[in-house]
Amino acid sequence: MKLSLGPLLYYWPKQNIEDFYQQALSSEADVIYLGETVCSKRRELKPRDWITLAKSLNGQGKEVILSSMALLEAPSEVKVLKQLCENGELSVEANDVGAIQLLSELKVPFVCGPAINCYNASVINLFVNKGMQRWAMPVELSRDWLAQTVSDCEDLGIRSQFEIEVFAHGFMPLAYSARCFTARSENKAKDDCELCCIKYPQGRPTTTQEDQQVFVLNGIQTQSGYCYNLINDIASMQGLVDVARISPSDDQAFSVLQQYREAVTTGITPVKLAQKECNGFWHKIAGLQTQY
Amino acid sequence: MELLCPAGSLPALKTAIDCGADAVYIGLKDDTNARHFAGLNFNDKKLAKGAQYVRDHNKHLHVAINTFAHPGGEKRWQNAVDKCVDLGANAAIIADIATLDYAANKYPELELHLSVQASATNTATIDFYKQNFNVKRVVLPRVLSIHQVKQLARHTDVPLEVFAFGSLCIMAEGRCYLSSYFTGESPNTVGACSPAKYVRWSETEKGLESRLNDILIDRYQKDEKAGYPTLCKGKFNVDNKLYHALEEPTSLNTLSMVPELMKANICSVKIEGRQRSPAYVEQITRVWREAIDSYKANPALYQVKDEWNRVLANVSEGSQTTLGAYHRDWQ
Repeated sequence: MKLSLGPLLYYWPKQNIEDFYQQALSSEADVIYLGETVCSKRRELKPRDWITLAKSLNGQGKEVILSSMALLEAPSEVKVLKQLCENGELSVEANDVGAIQLLSELKVPFVCGPAINCYNASVINLFVNKGMQRWAMPVELSRDWLAQTVSDCEDLGIRSQFEIEVFAHGFMPLAYSARCFTARSENKAKDDCELCCIKYPQGRPTTTQEDQQVFVLNGIQTQSGYCYNLINDIASMQGLVDVARISPSDDQAFSVLQQYREAVTTGITPVKLAQKECNGFWHKIAGLQTQY
Repeated sequence: MELLCPAGSLPALKTAIDCGADAVYIGLKDDTNARHFAGLNFNDKKLAKGAQYVRDHNKHLHVAINTFAHPGGEKRWQNAVDKCVDLGANAAIIADIATLDYAANKYPELELHLSVQASATNTATIDFYKQNFNVKRVVLPRVLSIHQVKQLARHTDVPLEVFAFGSLCIMAEGRCYLSSYFTGESPNTVGACSPAKYVRWSETEKGLESRLNDILIDRYQKDEKAGYPTLCKGKFNVDNKLYHALEEPTSLNTLSMVPELMKANICSVKIEGRQRSPAYVEQITRVWREAIDSYKANPALYQVKDEWNRVLANVSEGSQTTLGAYHRDWQ
């Protein structure tokens, strides 16, 4: 099983982003995804800068993939998407069906990201015919769902034509809105947000009136309040999952990658998850719950 | 511009047609549609009666097949498409690519509408569904501003349908897993958001509490009006500030936009609410029929009547309405 470093979902200063990806080069990640996936107003790195950064990381022992936006509304956002797709060198993670349209037209191989509604083998089959090389399953799906889908793919004779990736660790993107919740939390209008996301490098924790952390606000994206952690489930992924994704919140991601490497190569004794961690989706229960 | 009304039951369907709907949309009695609630939707007998009623009145029937096919269960979604064809429905509203593929290949004559749950917000995505499945209409998610809707209408030749009234989904539809995060069940997989079986109400010293799967969504004082605990409309704390962190309980109301939607060539306005009563359907349908007809009769003089807004506010969540994402200020 390979390990991937998911795209950075938060808005960081340029220097921090560049430092982070320099560290990523010597991390345990086999695959590095990078690019802005949440909001087109975040321009510490402009689309061209992301492409340049991605290309500079390429060829150094890691598979480098450009990630694209999940919610594309303005024509200008589709234009940026085109620019990513036409990078000429790297594979792209499609997070909207529009990206699959452009990538298949250009015959660029792609990863179907977790923000795309691909729920069954028939859709996988259609995407494989359009150039999909890897399917990152939607975060809400379980091991059972995956196992059945894999079995359907075997029946279709396509299982060997693509890899399967599972979001294994990090705060999960759960929803995308027209509204910017970070701007709203500062009483700012979206059009006048002053790019305030940059003040919250791990998003804004949101709790119930009983102090249960239920969401993390990250611009137009709503994330899980708890950190997903499938470290105890690596064994149950063997033979089913090709890539486990670690979604970074900060440079702790590199030690998480190390733990996962150990779990993958030598196996580990199950650990008790921390209080603000969960693994529910994989076990077919509410996402925020934990099953031991 | 077509007026498309919701029908969760045969009485609601008849009411919608009687009150002036040009078309109604319905769902089957299983998890192939996103309003899979107990006591709602159409069994085979009711389907036949409903379809007959719509035909007898020369109106249109759309069937929503707008959840995502489960692995190993794709037959259920295919059967739903078969039924839709057998019924002689005018269109199938489909979200799942697998289901679209089946319908487009098996029934090239069946008119396919891309469900809002497919979350098509841009021209590249619309091209995908048009080229691959020949969709004849796209239902736009409620995340676009009116400016963006107009832009899309100018840049695609696929007719567009928009939501005009009803409960407001503030997330891109079909790409929201908040409900399964809290309960294990989501619109995509089970056909329900914040399912009723997880809702608990309790009177406490701190007020009336609403919970979803034990998670506190809101707490109401005596003078406050309590609403259904749809989880995105709860009150939460961000950095010790308590507010509706995502959205207030409110409904979408675009009566004031009728002229703009008409001018943008929007082909259909959809009213949300298959889960609502025939009385709701009656009031909404009457108001919208009158609004559209009054614009058509005299575009220059179109004005939203106070009476219309009063009627709509009465059947709205929290008695409030908003233009939602259509208006940039909301965003």
